[in-house]
Amino acid sequence: MSKLPTQREETLGGYIVHGVPFPVGTDDEAMEFLKKMTPIQIEQEYKITYLHSYGQDSPWFAALTNKRLLASRDPQSGYTYANPRGHDMYSGAETKWVDITNVPAKVHAFTVCYFGSEEFLPETPFVLALIEFEGVNTLLLTRLMGVDPQAPSLDWIGMEVKPRFLRNSKLKPTDVYFTPAGE
Amino acid sequence: MRPVYAISGGVSKFAKARPDKTFQAIIKEAYDYAIADIGLDFPTFTRIVDGSVASYFSDHFTRQLMAGIMAQDYLGLCPKPGHRVEGGGATGGLCFQEAWKSVASGHMDVCVAYGFETMSHVETWKGNEFIALASDASFDYPVGGFYSGYYAMMVTRHMKEFGTTVEQMAHVSVKNYCNAFHNPYAQKSQRITIQDVRNAPMVAWPLTRLDICVMSDGAAAVILCSEEGLKKLEAAGAKIPRPLVKVTGIGRGTDAMRMADRPHFDYETFMRDYATEQEKSSDETRAYYKKLWEHGTRYPGVHSFRAGRAAGNMAWKHAGIRDPLHELDFIELHDAYTSSEIQTYEDLGLCRYGEGGPFAESGKAFMPNIDYGLKLKEKPVCAVNPSGGLIACGHPVGATGLMQAVFAVWQLQGTIKKHFRDDRLQVQNAKRGAIHSHAGTGTYVTVSVLERES
Repeated sequence: MSKLPTQREETLGGYIVHGVPFPVGTDDEAMEFLKKMTPIQIEQEYKITYLHSYGQDSPWFAALTNKRLLASRDPQSGYTYANPRGHDMYSGAETKWVDITNVPAKVHAFTVCYFGSEEFLPETPFVLALIEFEGVNTLLLTRLMGVDPQAPSLDWIGMEVKPRFLRNSKLKPTDVYFTPAGE
Repeated sequence: MRPVYAISGGVSKFAKARPDKTFQAIIKEAYDYAIADIGLDFPTFTRIVDGSVASYFSDHFTRQLMAGIMAQDYLGLCPKPGHRVEGGGATGGLCFQEAWKSVASGHMDVCVAYGFETMSHVETWKGNEFIALASDASFDYPVGGFYSGYYAMMVTRHMKEFGTTVEQMAHVSVKNYCNAFHNPYAQKSQRITIQDVRNAPMVAWPLTRLDICVMSDGAAAVILCSEEGLKKLEAAGAKIPRPLVKVTGIGRGTDAMRMADRPHFDYETFMRDYATEQEKSSDETRAYYKKLWEHGTRYPGVHSFRAGRAAGNMAWKHAGIRDPLHELDFIELHDAYTSSEIQTYEDLGLCRYGEGGPFAESGKAFMPNIDYGLKLKEKPVCAVNPSGGLIACGHPVGATGLMQAVFAVWQLQGTIKKHFRDDRLQVQNAKRGAIHSHAGTGTYVTVSVLERES
């Protein structure tokens, strides 16, 4: 019978520490002293790639790649959602797609983000806006371009805007963004 | 449902970072305090307590799934029943109510609710990213996920529709910071002015850094019991102060994850389904709202929290409250943003929709014995966030709603001086208070009413 390894292989990756201060003896006094030790902190990396499905909302993203903006509408009541929604929250019925690309739109609310989540920090300052559409019952969260992020004003609320689309679609909701209608 | 009493609580020191202890040991600080405050030792309480509910928001922050059972294990509560609840910023409030349910239903006689968050394990902007993942990951987060940005959009709408000002918002920050100056558990200990708030770095227009709560490490625990539980604890030697603090009102509400999806109801729907009893019964208020709607207001839109109104109305009805401003002595309110405290004044019926700004600067929500450096027009009526709230105490998410419950118990027991070593934050003769916990952009909201028995 071959001899099984009894010692783990030493590697040179990650943390390598030698000579961390520690009492020479392990008597009660030394053990008590350990309670005064400052905490040890190490780095732990956490990186994942998810395969995210847009499911029944996929046509909305497909429309953006074709420079169209879709909405979801309850076929009976006509209640219309600017964000895609497979089923109406009041009737429970399956919604139908409608094209709102050329529907008159206005800024309902906005902010300028001078800081942001880590992923978006390089893009600051950027303008977030909620857009209202004529004949549509809910709003759409989007980026607003063509306004000065260093001079925000409540007057932007109510401003007429129009959608613009990325030429190189990323299959994200930022494939559409809005600018003042007169631009 | 049978009567439920909140008999004790504990809060760890809230801090920017607590690398000195693991999350289990931070919870134990709060847990041990709650046990010691009723004069029991750890083994005796462990023998009597029937189970627990654990509260923490994000597995991302801990990089640890099933952290709840690790706390249960560390606290020596295995194999007693326990489970974790999660509902964003309202996690603590939901936890308190789940513990209430365990006792009220007869499932347990003594239940401990504990919660924590250790947010310092990642940098601030990564932490903001984790929090922003509590928005729709298909449609909201990718656009620029940032909670301060979401709340800033709400308040620009509030300002446009109702004329709310940044100075009115700053009054909330000054109030809460100046209150927290006397609270040793608070993360922030500084007195500030309106100008300080406005001069602070702009985060998301018009919200500055001092309009926004901070991230924290911390824990809190509350012990709830039935009358039978009370007998068991006292038979074992517990010293439980009289009069008792009883949970008399429970309310919850929800709303769509994407705030863009929220409805814009007409006047009739608002009055029928959402107006408070007080609002419905006032000709003047009905006329006031009619005028708002004629000028374009719709409900809740993005300026108001329908979930908060639903939770408040449910809790007030349960507790028999008709006029919360005058029938409550204090409210610990989820002020993640100065603007959301103003929005919530309205949701809870402390003032009418659209009047939150003037209410904030009126003085009605301030404490009587604190120097705020402000000329307030009116006398205090109902202290809001006498502890300093999230803005100054910190917001270790899973602990926050339970921290509010602990402070409420101490207010109603009249023991603020004992716990804070300062009695300036004691609401005089406090008989009834409420705690309000709020998630996401207003997705889950809880309101619980606690009362000192007469």
